[in-house]
Amino acid sequence: MATTAPGNLLMTTIDKAARWAKTRSMFPASFGLACCAIEMMATGTAHYDLSRFGMEVFRASPRQSDLMVVAGRVSQKMAPVLRQVYDQMPDPKWVISMGACASTGGMFNNYALVQGVDQVVPVDIYVPGCPPGPQSLMHGILTLHDKIMKGEIAS
Amino acid sequence: MSDDAKTLDVWVAGTEEPELTPTDEGAQEISIDESGRRLDEQFGRVVEDDYVFDDEAEEDERMILNMGPQHPSTHGVLRLQIELEGEIIRRTKPIIGYLHTGMEKTGEQLNFSQGGTNVTRMDYLAPFHNELAYSLAVERLLGIEVPPRAAAIRVLLSELNRCSSHLVALATNGMDIGAISMMMYGFREREQILAFFEKTTGLRMNHNFIRPGGVAADLPPGWKDDIAAIIEEFPRRLDQYDDLLENNPIWVARTKGVGVLSAEEATAYGITGPTLRSTGVEWDIRKAFPYSGIEQYEFEVPLGEHGDVYDRYRIRVEEIKQSLSIVEQVMDTIPKGDYRVDDRKVTPPPRARIDESMEALIHHFKLFTEGYKVPAGETYVAVESPRGELGCYLVSDGGARPYRMHTRAPSFANLQALPIAMADSLMADTVATIASLDPVMGDVDR
Amino acid sequence: MTDDTGAVETEEPVEVAERPLPDIEVLKGLFESFEDVAWEDSLGQDVARVPNERWLDFATAAKEAGFEVCVDVTAVDWMRSRPDRFEVVANLLSMRHRLRLRMSTTAPRLDPTVASLVPVWPGANFAEREAYDMFGITFDGHPDLTRILMPDEWEGHPLRKDFGVGTVPVQFKESHKVS
Repeated sequence: MATTAPGNLLMTTIDKAARWAKTRSMFPASFGLACCAIEMMATGTAHYDLSRFGMEVFRASPRQSDLMVVAGRVSQKMAPVLRQVYDQMPDPKWVISMGACASTGGMFNNYALVQGVDQVVPVDIYVPGCPPGPQSLMHGILTLHDKIMKGEIAS
Repeated sequence: MSDDAKTLDVWVAGTEEPELTPTDEGAQEISIDESGRRLDEQFGRVVEDDYVFDDEAEEDERMILNMGPQHPSTHGVLRLQIELEGEIIRRTKPIIGYLHTGMEKTGEQLNFSQGGTNVTRMDYLAPFHNELAYSLAVERLLGIEVPPRAAAIRVLLSELNRCSSHLVALATNGMDIGAISMMMYGFREREQILAFFEKTTGLRMNHNFIRPGGVAADLPPGWKDDIAAIIEEFPRRLDQYDDLLENNPIWVARTKGVGVLSAEEATAYGITGPTLRSTGVEWDIRKAFPYSGIEQYEFEVPLGEHGDVYDRYRIRVEEIKQSLSIVEQVMDTIPKGDYRVDDRKVTPPPRARIDESMEALIHHFKLFTEGYKVPAGETYVAVESPRGELGCYLVSDGGARPYRMHTRAPSFANLQALPIAMADSLMADTVATIASLDPVMGDVDR
Repeated sequence: MTDDTGAVETEEPVEVAERPLPDIEVLKGLFESFEDVAWEDSLGQDVARVPNERWLDFATAAKEAGFEVCVDVTAVDWMRSRPDRFEVVANLLSMRHRLRLRMSTTAPRLDPTVASLVPVWPGANFAEREAYDMFGITFDGHPDLTRILMPDEWEGHPLRKDFGVGTVPVQFKESHKVS
């Protein structure tokens, strides 16, 4: 945290610079599962361009990505895979839970789905909607950027 | 195990991790064609590399590769276990279930007018078709007919949905093979259609608009202008796709002769839709068992010849054109009238009347708390979705909820063709083949 | 279907001719060769009620009669309302004749077993695995009868009526049911 002691002035500047760098080209790991994945793809393509935030490259490998957007319903069979992919991501990493099914299980309150992906991975931002439109997802992403810039989310 | 060298069996061994030395336990081998590689016979393909076709490869040089479930090219959460010999695929086993949502169980808990919200999320690229199959099944059990305007609106929306679904198929097909611009083009066109859907139904996807009894609301004013703009814009855009792909030697080399299916294989495995039509079988449910008044519109059913990825791509482009022509005909000939059936036991009364009439209030109350009861019976209704035959098998026991609601998912059956289409092909062709079969995992796993 | 005379006749074969048969030639021939299979018209669709032991024979005959495609195999859990708990339903399609046929059979509550249709139509493979996974019905002759939708170590068969929905209690939602 910032203090006004001269020794820490450099650290806060570097800290801010680091936070700026983290937000400016956050690579998402493609974890599109269901309908929300289509809206995520629509956010990434030309009409609602994610590339203006430096995020159009959906890295296939979790080892090269910073952000995992869990887009879609997570079934019981998929939960261990989700956890494994999350564990494979290097720090700093963030998780956006996109859509109602990922956030809380959505309209499918039954045996087959994990009721909220935050039972498996820690989530930073929840984007509601079924599916959330590209504007909602972008709002979620930009909110994440804001929070990182302000230091509210450490990672 | 049969002795026929041309048997087309599928490796469906157990789901435990297979050992590296392949055993024949429960496995049916895809037979190796010794006389000549299938690749050599394929269209315009001359292969000269020796190492790929190393006939002396030992049995224990096979490697088992796991592809997915998290993979950029598997179109969702599909897991493939591929047994490779060098670069050639010998056996494949698709493992599904990573998106199983228990929709059929949920369908038994929701009443008949809520069922559309559940069903629409199965094949999430063609939500209107899911809703249409379900609504037709419920209407058949109820014994009601929707008014002609509702039927025309249904046709309009489902044909536009076919366009948008094929656009995603083409976009992802292109992107997987490497033509990344195709992704941008496809989604750009799709945005136009989705804007129309949002104006009409309120949602871009998963609309719950086609309900038993008709549609949820009438078309918005000015819809004809929107449709006219779409119809005018699309032919130019489709020409752009042709510019990008049609004569592109890389595209042709990567799609012609790849992922070949024959007509016998396709019918034996229950494949329907563009995949079946690419093998030359002319089967389209819109022509064979017409529904929702689609027989009034003139359209053709494009057919392929070779059953390869190129044919399926071509068929999808042609189907977009045919769907747009149907949409134009609907626009020109749509009748006036009610957008839902008049039976007050099924469709809610208009909101204004609730204040005036006690009976309307009671109907509204009963419909939205308890739901209407459907007479006991069972039925199976199928529609032609962009992926094939999408059917709904509905059993009612006389109550307000379905006793059993089962959806026959086209992608579920089409995936059974994947090991056949991928047999003896190269690893790189896997991606093209999967993309061309166009599986939607929500449909497969439900 | 009994005779119109009041007395019960035991040797008269007239009863066979009074069995309802479909009009379409293709189907009529098929049903006539199977005496114990009942034909039913369910809301305009042809349904064959097949006894469990004749399931594979009828399927083979249907395929020869022109039903080249097996569209779907599924099951229904009738619990106690029927003597046999499970009903297995197969939807067939004949592209040649433009016909659909639905055939159904029953399976008892304990150890439900039905012959597999995979030798006749390989496309029934996944559908039967799903029926096994969801209902616990064993299909004799299926090459690989394992769970397909649920994880392998899952216990129970979800679509059976005695398997709970598994709803998680949601705060502020008064009723426990989803609707």
